[in-house]
Amino acid sequence: MPSDHVPGAEKVRFDRVTKRFGDQTVLDGLDLTVAPGERVTLIGPSGSGKTTILRLLMTLERVTDGVVHVDGEPFSHMPSGPGGALVPADERHLAPRRRRIGMVFQQFNLFPHMSVLANVVEAPRHVLGLDGDEAAARARDLLGLVGLADKEDAHPTRLSGGQQQRVAIARALAMRPELLLLDEVTSALDPELVAEVLDVLRDVADSTDITMLCVTHEMGFARDISDRILMFDGGRVLESGPPERLLDAPEHERTQAFVRSIT
Amino acid sequence: MGGAGSMWDMEAARAALPVVLSGFGITLLATVLGFAVAAVAGLAIALLQRSGGRRLALAVGAPAAFVRSTPVMVQLFAAWVLVPGLDPLVLGVLVLGLHYATYLSEVYRAGIDAVPKGQWEACTALSLPRRRVWRAVVLPQAVRKVLPALGNYAVSLFKETPFLSVITVNEMVHEASAFGSTHFAYLESFTLAAAVFLLASWPTSLLVRRLEARLAQ
Repeated sequence: MPSDHVPGAEKVRFDRVTKRFGDQTVLDGLDLTVAPGERVTLIGPSGSGKTTILRLLMTLERVTDGVVHVDGEPFSHMPSGPGGALVPADERHLAPRRRRIGMVFQQFNLFPHMSVLANVVEAPRHVLGLDGDEAAARARDLLGLVGLADKEDAHPTRLSGGQQQRVAIARALAMRPELLLLDEVTSALDPELVAEVLDVLRDVADSTDITMLCVTHEMGFARDISDRILMFDGGRVLESGPPERLLDAPEHERTQAFVRSIT
Repeated sequence: MGGAGSMWDMEAARAALPVVLSGFGITLLATVLGFAVAAVAGLAIALLQRSGGRRLALAVGAPAAFVRSTPVMVQLFAAWVLVPGLDPLVLGVLVLGLHYATYLSEVYRAGIDAVPKGQWEACTALSLPRRRVWRAVVLPQAVRKVLPALGNYAVSLFKETPFLSVITVNEMVHEASAFGSTHFAYLESFTLAAAVFLLASWPTSLLVRRLEARLAQ
């Protein structure tokens, strides 16, 4: 396993995490640590469990076995009492911790019946409890950041895929997440729209210290923003390292073959 | 036996019209109130079945299925006998409303199921509280999807309001019938009542169909 685990300074730690769907094992006893502020990109063939890692962190799936830790404390699980054994977390345990995590989806998942501004205002207003003006001001700042200040009254269905995804990024950032999960955010886009989304994410990476976990097939982007790239295969980390090493001089043949296949 | 001219009495028709129209007010009132009951109770049934756990779902679902599969006329008579002393119009609105609620709950359910999984996941990713997820994200989209179906049920409920006459509500058909028996002019009074139903429900159906076309775009 990668040796860059600094004790006491971990944002995310997967401790022997297994995830099965039926009799299919998607993650197989995975150990994984991400440091605060680190940008980690997950690559690998489809079905190798990359997206499942993000979905477990966003609590869209539950672990089958093992424990997911966030900020040095159990996240997927909680102590059953003072000093008690770990049991699967309930909503009371998850809710305050989940707020520090944001996610951008492959299919954007904007709320189609709300304006762009309303999409971005929704969570700050109704989760963080900001008043209407504060939430709107924050939303407008972020829409400016993603280059869509002039679209706040538009409905998402009227926007291009690239614009929709930029709104989705603004919407996730409006919660000021400490951990941002990017799940193949350009895979559903027409090729000519990919760059505008990646440029926005590069800006976010450069101008914040948000910890980022990213599943992508865009190797140029991965190279630019990643501190570390993990190559997945069959629910395990096959190898990991800084982008130059992993992309230019991979140790494993499977990594070589995979990198060659998508670049 | 004479021709149509001798059967249709214009004088009687002229006299029947105001009587029939006075009943139409009650019919309209019963429709609006009945559908309001159906819309609210139907939503409640759908939500309880969906989010209340298996036992609650059964506790709500079984009576709903029972109501859905027995005739509304029988239910009206049963309520009339079992709940004496209630104003017939109030009783009728409640029975008709609850009867339709059991249908509308299925309509809402279909609408809720049609909201893509990604919408729920986005709500989780934003940490939106459950209540807010339903109110701001899921239900607005679900209702929009089933608006035409709701409209069709409103028209259908409207056309079933004459059943209320069996519990002595003075709706339009009841008034037409009363006029027919005192003046022996059933043909005129019932024809007028039918015409009023047609004039009211046909444009409404057209409106619903246009709404359907607009939402399909």
